[in-house]
Amino acid sequence: MAKKSKIRPRVDMPMQDPTVRCTNFREVALGYSREQAMLEASRCLQCKTPTCQSGCPVEVDCKGFIRAVARGDIETAYGIIKETNSLPAVCGRVCPQENQCEGHCKLAPTGKPIAIGRLERFVSDSYYAKNPCDAITGRDDCPMLREDLKVAAIGSGPSSLTVAGYLAARGIKVTVFEALHELGGVLTYGIPEFRLPKSIVHTEVEFLKKQGVEFLTNQVGGMTVTIDDLFAQGYKAVFIGVGAGLPKFLNIPGESLIGVYSANEFLTRVNLMKGYRFPEYDTPVPLGKHVAVFGGGNVAMDAARTALRLGAEKVSIVYRRTKNEMPARREELEHALEEGVCLECLAQPLAFEGDDAGNLTGIRLQRMELGEPDESGRCRPCCIEGETYVLPVDLAVLALGTGPNPVLLNATPELKQTKWGYIDGDDQTGETSIPMVFAGGDIVTGSATVVMAMGAGRRAAKVIARRLLGEE
Amino acid sequence: MPNTIVKKKGLIPGRVSEMIISAPEIATKARPGNFVVLRLSPQGERIPLTIADTDPQAGTITIVYMVLGKTTAMLEKLVQGDDILDVCGPLGKPTRLDKVGTVICVGGGTGIAAMHHIAKGHHRVGNRVVAIIGARSKDLLLFEKELASFCDEVLVATDDGSYGHKGFVTEVLAKRLAQDAHVGEVVGVGPVPMMRAVAETTRPFKVRTIVSLNPIMVDGIGMCGACRVTVGGKTRFACVDGPEFDAHSVDFDELMRRLGSFREQEQASYNTYCECHG
Ligand SMILES: Cc1cc2nc3c(=O)[nH]c(=O)nc-3n(C[C@H](O)[C@H](O)[C@H](O)COP(=O)(O)OP(=O)(O)OC[C@H]3O[C@@H](n4cnc5c(N)ncnc54)[C@H](O)[C@@H]3O)c2cc1C
Ligand SMILES: Cc1cc2nc3c(=O)[nH]c(=O)nc-3n(C[C@H](O)[C@H](O)[C@H](O)COP(=O)(O)OP(=O)(O)OC[C@H]3O[C@@H](n4cnc5c(N)ncnc54)[C@H](O)[C@@H]3O)c2cc1C
Ligand code: SF4
Ligand code: FES
Repeated sequence: MAKKSKIRPRVDMPMQDPTVRCTNFREVALGYSREQAMLEASRCLQCKTPTCQSGCPVEVDCKGFIRAVARGDIETAYGIIKETNSLPAVCGRVCPQENQCEGHCKLAPTGKPIAIGRLERFVSDSYYAKNPCDAITGRDDCPMLREDLKVAAIGSGPSSLTVAGYLAARGIKVTVFEALHELGGVLTYGIPEFRLPKSIVHTEVEFLKKQGVEFLTNQVGGMTVTIDDLFAQGYKAVFIGVGAGLPKFLNIPGESLIGVYSANEFLTRVNLMKGYRFPEYDTPVPLGKHVAVFGGGNVAMDAARTALRLGAEKVSIVYRRTKNEMPARREELEHALEEGVCLECLAQPLAFEGDDAGNLTGIRLQRMELGEPDESGRCRPCCIEGETYVLPVDLAVLALGTGPNPVLLNATPELKQTKWGYIDGDDQTGETSIPMVFAGGDIVTGSATVVMAMGAGRRAAKVIARRLLGEE
Repeated sequence: MPNTIVKKKGLIPGRVSEMIISAPEIATKARPGNFVVLRLSPQGERIPLTIADTDPQAGTITIVYMVLGKTTAMLEKLVQGDDILDVCGPLGKPTRLDKVGTVICVGGGTGIAAMHHIAKGHHRVGNRVVAIIGARSKDLLLFEKELASFCDEVLVATDDGSYGHKGFVTEVLAKRLAQDAHVGEVVGVGPVPMMRAVAETTRPFKVRTIVSLNPIMVDGIGMCGACRVTVGGKTRFACVDGPEFDAHSVDFDELMRRLGSFREQEQASYNTYCECHG
C-alpha cells in the first residue's frame, strides 16, 4: 500500500455556503464537476481484491466503475453501477458510505478513502437522460415484459423500487401499489429536499416506468387491495416493502400539547405536502421560534435543519448521550452544526410544559452523565439525581424512531411476525410465512438504511425471478 | 382511476353536500365506520371524510361534507362529471357490529351522514336501531328519510324547537335510556361537544358507548401521528386504531384543543381562497 504521505487528499465536495443554505431548501451538496470526478477516481488503487464492493449491501462493482470514471468513460461507469443498483443517484446522496464501501476501502485506515458515494452520484447525475433499457440490458429495447408472470410490490420505498428494477430487467411485469399519492416512500416524505431533491426520486421512478413498471397510487395494501386479492388477480408473487412508519412517542406528560410533533408528521407536512410553500400549497407547517428536536439520528438532523430553514431563531437537538454516540451520519451532523443547529447533550426529557391554552412553552429535562458501556457498546446514560431544568421552546419534534406500520399486518394475520411486530422473513430470501410472499426493508429489519432496504429487495427479487422463470 | 363524481346533491345549500363518487375498489371493500382521504389539486391538502354509504354493484361511495375551509370549499366547486384527484381508502377500522339487541345511534350535524352508515350496519346484523338526530333547526337536519327507511325509530331534536324535541339530542337520549333498560350499545357521531355530551349522558347507565373521532389527519395510514388521541390514558392513532373509540375513555378536551392547532393558518388559507374565487 502507498505510504500515508503520498496519498492525495479527497477532492472536496462543492457545497452551498452554510449561511445561505440555512435559508433555502435547495440541495446542500452541489456535486463534482467532470474534472473533479476524474481526479478523485484517479486516486483509486484498483486493488486486486477490492474490499469496497463487499462493504456495499447491493455489491456495486466500485472498482470497475471508478476505473471507468478515471478515464472519463462515464457511460461505462453508469452501466456498471446500474447493473446492481437501481437507484444510484439516491444512494450517492444518502448512503452512509463511511460505514459501507468507503469504510471498507483499503485507503480508509489512512483517513482518505476514495469518495465512492460522490463518484456514484456524479455518474448517475450525468446519465439521467440515458435510455433506461440500454443502460441495464445493453440492448436498445426494453425486454418484452411477461404479463403472465406479473409480480406485485406493496409500498414504493427503495426496497420495492429495487424489486421492480431487477425484475423488469428480466422481463417480469411489476405493479407497485402505494398508499400515498406520491411514490418513493421515505425518500419522498421523509428525507428533505435539501439533501435529496425530489426531482431525483422522480427521475429514478420515471426510469422504472419506461422499463414497463406500473405504479398505482392511493392503494392501501390490506385495505384497498389485500394479498389474497393480488393472487386472485393473477399476481404470481408479492413483495411487501411497506416500511416502518409508525412514529414512537415518549409517553411523558404534556405530549399532546399543541407544538409537539412527531418527526414524521413534521417532515411529511414539509416534504410530501410541500408545506414550506404554504399558502401556495394548502398544508400548514408548525413554525417555532425556539425548536427542540429529540433524537440523534439522521431523522433528527433532518428535522432540525428543516426547522432552521422554516425560520426558527434557535434549534436545539436534545440527546441523552453525547455528540460522539449520535447515530447520525457524521456528514449530516457536521452540516447541521455548520448551519447553526445547537446541541443539548446529556439531557433526557421528563415532561412537556404548556400554558393554559394548551400550547407548548418548554421542556423539563433531566441532566445525564455517561456511565459504563452497555450491550450495544455505547456508554449508558445515567441520571444525575436532582439536576433538572427547563428549556423554553415553542415547538418540539420527536425523532425517536419508528415501529412497524400496522395496516397491512392487521389485515393479514397469517403473516408471521417477530416478537417486535416486524415481518418474519427468511434471512436469505425474504420469503414470509405465506408462500410466494416476500418482505424486505424497514418492515423486516426496523428502521435501517436506504441501501439495506435495496439489498433486501434485490435478494428477494433474485429468488422471485429464479422461481418464475423456472430456473430453480 | 378517475374517481369521477357521479352525482352531487346540495343538502343544505352552500354548506353541506352529498357526493356519489365512482370508486369501485373502495366500494367493494368499505365497511361501516371506514373513511377515505382525498386530495383535490397538486397543491392540495389531504382531508379525511367518512364513507357515508356504498353501492358495490354500481362501484360508488357516498360522502357528505360540510364546507368549513379551503379544501371543502374547493370540493363544493366541483360538479357532476368532474374527477377527484386522489381518493384513498377505505381507511380506519370498521365499526364492530355485534348483535346486542337495541342500538341507539346519535348523530349531529354532518355526523348524521357518518352515523347513517354505522346504523345501517347495525340494522344488517339484526339489531334494533333507534336513531336520534339533531340540528340547530329543521332545515339543517340531514338524512331523516334515509334513516327512517331502515331504523326502527327515528327521534329528532332541534335547538330552536322547529321540529321534534326542542333541545339537545342528549336529552332525548337520556329519556330513552331511562325508559329502556335493554339498550346494548350507543353510538355517537357529530361535533366534539356533542360526542362528549353523549358520553356523559350514557356514563351513569353504564352502556357501551362508541364515538367516531375526527382529529386532524395527514396521511391517514398510521405514519405521521397527527391524529393521536388519548383514550384511557394511552396514546392511540385515530386513523389506524380508530376512528371509533370507547366514549367513556376519550380525552375530549385534548381532542378539541388539538383540532385548533392550525386555526390561524387555515383561516388565512381560506380567506386567500375566497378572495380569489369569490
Ligand atoms: C427523515 C429520514 C431520514 C433518513 N435518512 C437516511 C439516510 O440519510 N440514509 C439512509 O440510508 N437511510 C435514511 N433513512 C432511512 C431510510 O429512508 C429507510 O431505511 C428506507 O427508506 C426504508 O425503505 P423501505 O423500502 O423499507 O420503505 P419506506 O421508504 O419506508 O417506504 C414504504 C412505503 O410504503 C408505503 N406503505 C406503507 N403501508 C402501506 C400499505 N399498507 N399499502 C401500500 N403502501 C404502504 C408508505 O407510504 C411508503 O411510501 C432515513 C429515514 C427518515 C425517516
Ligand atoms: C375520520 C374523519 C372523518 C371525517 N368525516 C367527515 C365527514 O364525513 N364530513 C365532514 O364534513 N367532515 C368530516 N371530517 C372532518 C373533515 O376532515 C374536515 O372538515 C376537513 O378536513 C376540513 O378541511 P378544510 O380544508 O375545508 O378546512 P380547514 O380550514 O383546513 O379546517 C377547518 C377545521 O377542520 C378541522 N380539520 C382541518 N384539517 C383537518 C384534517 N386534515 N383532518 C381532520 N380535520 C381537519 C379542524 O378542526 C379545522 O379547524 C372527518 C374527519 C375525520 C378525522
Ligand atoms: S478498496 Fe478503495 S482503493 Fe481499493 S478498489 Fe475499492 S475504492 Fe479503490
Ligand atoms: S393521520 Fe397520520 S398517523 Fe393517523
